[in-house]
Amino acid sequence: MNGLPLLSLIILVPLVAGVLCLFVKAEGARWIALVGTLIDLVLSVLLWAGYNPDGPQWQFVEHYAFGGGVSWSLGIDGIALLLIVLTAFLMPICIGASWRSITRRVPEYMAYFLLMEALIMGSFEAQDLFLFYIFFEGGLIPMYLIIGIWGGVERIKASYKFFLYTLFGSVLMLIAMLYMAGTAHTTSIPALMAYNFPVGAQRWLWLAFFASFAVKMPMWPVHTWLPDAHVQAPTAGSVILAGVLLKLGGYGFIRFSLPMFPQGSLEFVPLVFVLSGIAVVYTSLVALVQRDMKKLIAYSSVAHMAFVTFGLFAMNRQGIEGAMLVMLGHGLVSGALFLCVGVVYDRLHTREIDRYGGLADNMPGYALLFMVFTMASVGLPATSNFVGEFLSLIGTYRASSWAAIVATTGIILGAAYMLYLYWRICFGTQRNADAAAMPDLSPREWWLLAPIAVAVFWMGIYPESLIRPMRNDVGRLLDRLEQVAPAGDSHLTLGKAAAHMNMGAMH
Amino acid sequence: MHPVLIIVFLPLIAAIIAGLFGRIIGKTAAKAVTTGALFIGAILSWPIFFQYMSGHAGPVVVPVLNWIQSGTLSVDWALRVDSLTAVMLVVVTTVSSFVHLYSWGYMEEDPSQPRFFAYLSLFSFAMLMLVTANTLVQMFFGWEGVGLASYLLIGFWYHKPSANAAALKAFVVNRVGDFGFSLGIFGTFLVFGTVSIPAILAAAPGMAGSTIGFAGMRADTMTVLCLLLFVGAMGKSAQLPLHTWLPDAMEGPTPVSALIHAATMVTAGVFMVCRLSPMFDVSQTARDVVTYIGAATCIFAATVGCAQNDIKRVIAYSTCSQLGYMFFAAGVGAYGAAMFHLFTHAFFKALLFLGAGSVIHAMHHEQDMRYYGALRKEIPITFWVMVIGTLAITGVGVDVGGGLGFAGFWSKDAILQSAWASGGVAGTIAFWLGSLAALLTSFYSWRLIFLTFFGEPRWAASEHIQHALHGDHADHPDDEHGDSSHEPHHVAVGSGGYHPHESPLPMLVPIVLLAVGAVLAGQLFHPVFIGAGTAPGYWHGIIAFSRQLAEAAESSALWVKLTPTIVMLLGLWIAWHNYIKSPGSADRLVAYFPGVYRFVANKWYFDELYDVIFVRPALWLGRLFWHSGDEGTIDRFGPHGAAYAVGVGNRITYRLQSGYLYSYALVMLLGLIGAATWAIWWAK
Repeated sequence: MNGLPLLSLIILVPLVAGVLCLFVKAEGARWIALVGTLIDLVLSVLLWAGYNPDGPQWQFVEHYAFGGGVSWSLGIDGIALLLIVLTAFLMPICIGASWRSITRRVPEYMAYFLLMEALIMGSFEAQDLFLFYIFFEGGLIPMYLIIGIWGGVERIKASYKFFLYTLFGSVLMLIAMLYMAGTAHTTSIPALMAYNFPVGAQRWLWLAFFASFAVKMPMWPVHTWLPDAHVQAPTAGSVILAGVLLKLGGYGFIRFSLPMFPQGSLEFVPLVFVLSGIAVVYTSLVALVQRDMKKLIAYSSVAHMAFVTFGLFAMNRQGIEGAMLVMLGHGLVSGALFLCVGVVYDRLHTREIDRYGGLADNMPGYALLFMVFTMASVGLPATSNFVGEFLSLIGTYRASSWAAIVATTGIILGAAYMLYLYWRICFGTQRNADAAAMPDLSPREWWLLAPIAVAVFWMGIYPESLIRPMRNDVGRLLDRLEQVAPAGDSHLTLGKAAAHMNMGAMH
Repeated sequence: MHPVLIIVFLPLIAAIIAGLFGRIIGKTAAKAVTTGALFIGAILSWPIFFQYMSGHAGPVVVPVLNWIQSGTLSVDWALRVDSLTAVMLVVVTTVSSFVHLYSWGYMEEDPSQPRFFAYLSLFSFAMLMLVTANTLVQMFFGWEGVGLASYLLIGFWYHKPSANAAALKAFVVNRVGDFGFSLGIFGTFLVFGTVSIPAILAAAPGMAGSTIGFAGMRADTMTVLCLLLFVGAMGKSAQLPLHTWLPDAMEGPTPVSALIHAATMVTAGVFMVCRLSPMFDVSQTARDVVTYIGAATCIFAATVGCAQNDIKRVIAYSTCSQLGYMFFAAGVGAYGAAMFHLFTHAFFKALLFLGAGSVIHAMHHEQDMRYYGALRKEIPITFWVMVIGTLAITGVGVDVGGGLGFAGFWSKDAILQSAWASGGVAGTIAFWLGSLAALLTSFYSWRLIFLTFFGEPRWAASEHIQHALHGDHADHPDDEHGDSSHEPHHVAVGSGGYHPHESPLPMLVPIVLLAVGAVLAGQLFHPVFIGAGTAPGYWHGIIAFSRQLAEAAESSALWVKLTPTIVMLLGLWIAWHNYIKSPGSADRLVAYFPGVYRFVANKWYFDELYDVIFVRPALWLGRLFWHSGDEGTIDRFGPHGAAYAVGVGNRITYRLQSGYLYSYALVMLLGLIGAATWAIWWAK
């Protein structure tokens, strides 16, 4: 707005900081990474402050053509803005979470993290199809390396699985993109969002993009990479994976699948609903029997992301706004839950639930915050996840009462597995002397978790501040979907009395 | 500033202060802040109630903040006060403030008192948000908030596995109810286009006869919506078949049982049905279901209550049963009587629980009545208030000269008369089941009194008393064992040298005040709630008060009016005969019908049934999906199968160079990106 190329800066600052990290020692790299991510946070807050919710769809637009059809073309709408702010908010927390727990090859670690931030920001900002592709797929490489180098014992297997799944999706998406560029003669995302592809082609294009986004979400049955990746990733890696990388899938649906292939989307609504319904029940039950803390939360992520796909493909305002809020809320809460796991993992070096117990005695501060995030994950009103889940379920109900019935079972199962987890970790008697001797949260850990807790309540009590920026963009998306949105199965047929009253009013 | 803002938000502020800064300000300050907040609330609430009683006040909505705005869905944080809310404000703040005060004595030795008082105040805040809700969504907020507080307080002694299990069970079973409640809210929004309660109630009659698609069926709109919402009420108010959490909830400290699991939270379902009564009035089917569920719970819980030995569990089943009365009252359309019973029940049931707490306090945390006996001389004040509570719950009173009686006499009799007067099949069934339950109520209530306060002392065999006598209790200051699982082979008679002491003043003052309420609440307030001539002026259409039904109930036949009194006397006589006159006869009766006794004592085997049909299959499915689904199928044919298909060569490389695979991946991706770039140039 004021001439500063904010969007480019948001990409460049972490990139430059990442390069700088490679030339210093461990402690220096930590500080550079922290300062770099904090600057990015400030920039994204400026972005939010400068964003005009009633202004044009694309704001802060930057465009530099490289020739050959490829261009450095950036711009954001309200939906991208919120995800950028979420990313910028979580990144410094991740650096803080890695402060002491990463001791090996610190400069490279920090460099990869910053590179990842730059690429993720890029994929939310890109307005060119192939620029998006590069950012989108490129953003996974640092994550892949972080798991492969700083991960747990079975890191190779996990990163391999992660890679194979995403590769599978991205190849299909790339082919689809080539076709789109060839047919529409443009690679501009805003132009493609208004372009009407032939209905027959939409079906195949939708499926190709679906392959990529469904893996990222992840949706059942292409979710099995997620638990392994989470278990093996270092804490901060899990936070970013759950908090931001999974949101790329949802963002992809909002930015590509829905507006570019509305007809294709409609045809596959039953598929999405069935897969999401299975995900809610299936992964929740699997979460119930997990013995590994991270695996449990990873499975719960799959169940929560099903609320996103339900809401998005309900194709109405409550559904889509709810899906966005679920993404933001889940970003905060699952990130915080992984940090909570990290806190005890740093002390005892095990993720096995049975090794803990009775932590409310010796770690009351931890027990309090963990309870807050547990309840947020369960979707208690006045926490971030409630508003999103509530809206996305209302939207789902409008599209299909069956889907809503299945999806809503998630609130029962979610309570069961999360509270069972909390019980085994924080309540009960102290079974293990080493767990009982663990100190409560350090000031550094308070600084990581408390801001998220504040954000969780803020989102839950006054979500308007997050709905406002995206309201018009969701409206534009709905205009695009108007022709095809599913009508739902709950049509109201008025009774004799009411019909009579209406007749009377007409006369 | 409207006083309701102070009433509602002061407990929240107090809870935050006590919860977060309890360690800094000390336990006395934390207790004073929370207790003070609730007493201020109570002092401000009664004048509001009197204003509505005098008929000079209409509904008021105090806006606080915009909450959710999504398309046509608009939800505000706002506080609604009307004649229905006024009743609940009085009940919640009064009982809560008494319970706060009582806890000063009861929780004296507990090391985590600030946490306890913070939870209590947090609960009060959530309950007040529930009763002042102007939208279904805010009601859901309060609904979940009280659920959270209940969960935290049931599991307050979190070292006990049984307390944790009970807390988890309470939350999850309530969530089953919330499942229905949520779907009800979604459906209501879809039908009415709003979640604002007044707007829905205004539009509800116009929906009569309309149909809606739900889960592949077409059904009457209001029946579907009311039944979905009622599922929520069943969960929160512990009605069949979602009642199983309430008896287990007795794992929480006794003041919690009095406040949450007797007087306030569990009545939220009744409040909800009354609040939405114009909706329920549209669907006869939904009301019939409410009547049947209420009547069934009423009799079921009463039978189980007769066979319990744990003093708190007797009262818990009694609560469950009394809630059944409230529901079938609402089901037959006597919403005024339902609210009236809610109101009187809050006083006498809180009294009974706090009295039981006083007994438990005196008996060193022993809760099994088989180890009580002869306590009336040792703790006389507790004895007398418990007797008053029992007179109130069993409905003692005489119908002469306008009537004279204890609280339950007014409200329970009004319910039974309304059920009969309503005429239908459901009402008739409810009347007979309710009368039978009244007999059982009288029996188990007096059985409790006789076992606890009369007969010979049987204290010596109690482990808790043994602990007290040998002084090894100091190791577990926060232990309230409360399990009646230790089966006595033969109950030793005798005091064992133990001397119970009457409770301290902070505990006695609240129970004496509640006893006053249990005596007077019915006598003083019956015109307000149920009087055919006076109540319509109070309710002002806020609930669907039926004047015709109230008149019909008042002019019931004499035998209908006398039935509750007759069965009450009969129950008293049976209890007296079995536990005072010939103390062995109860055991002989049990010996005659061992199967019946086992069935009833084991709570009709609901817990075992649910374990077999829900809990075990869920865990089994979870393991099946995990091992056979994820690992055995998806991974095997997905990534692992792909790996196999890539070829033996790759596998050898993978093995040789494991640890460096990521570099291959990097090259592959970069290659892909390069190919993409080339392809675009080529496409141009």
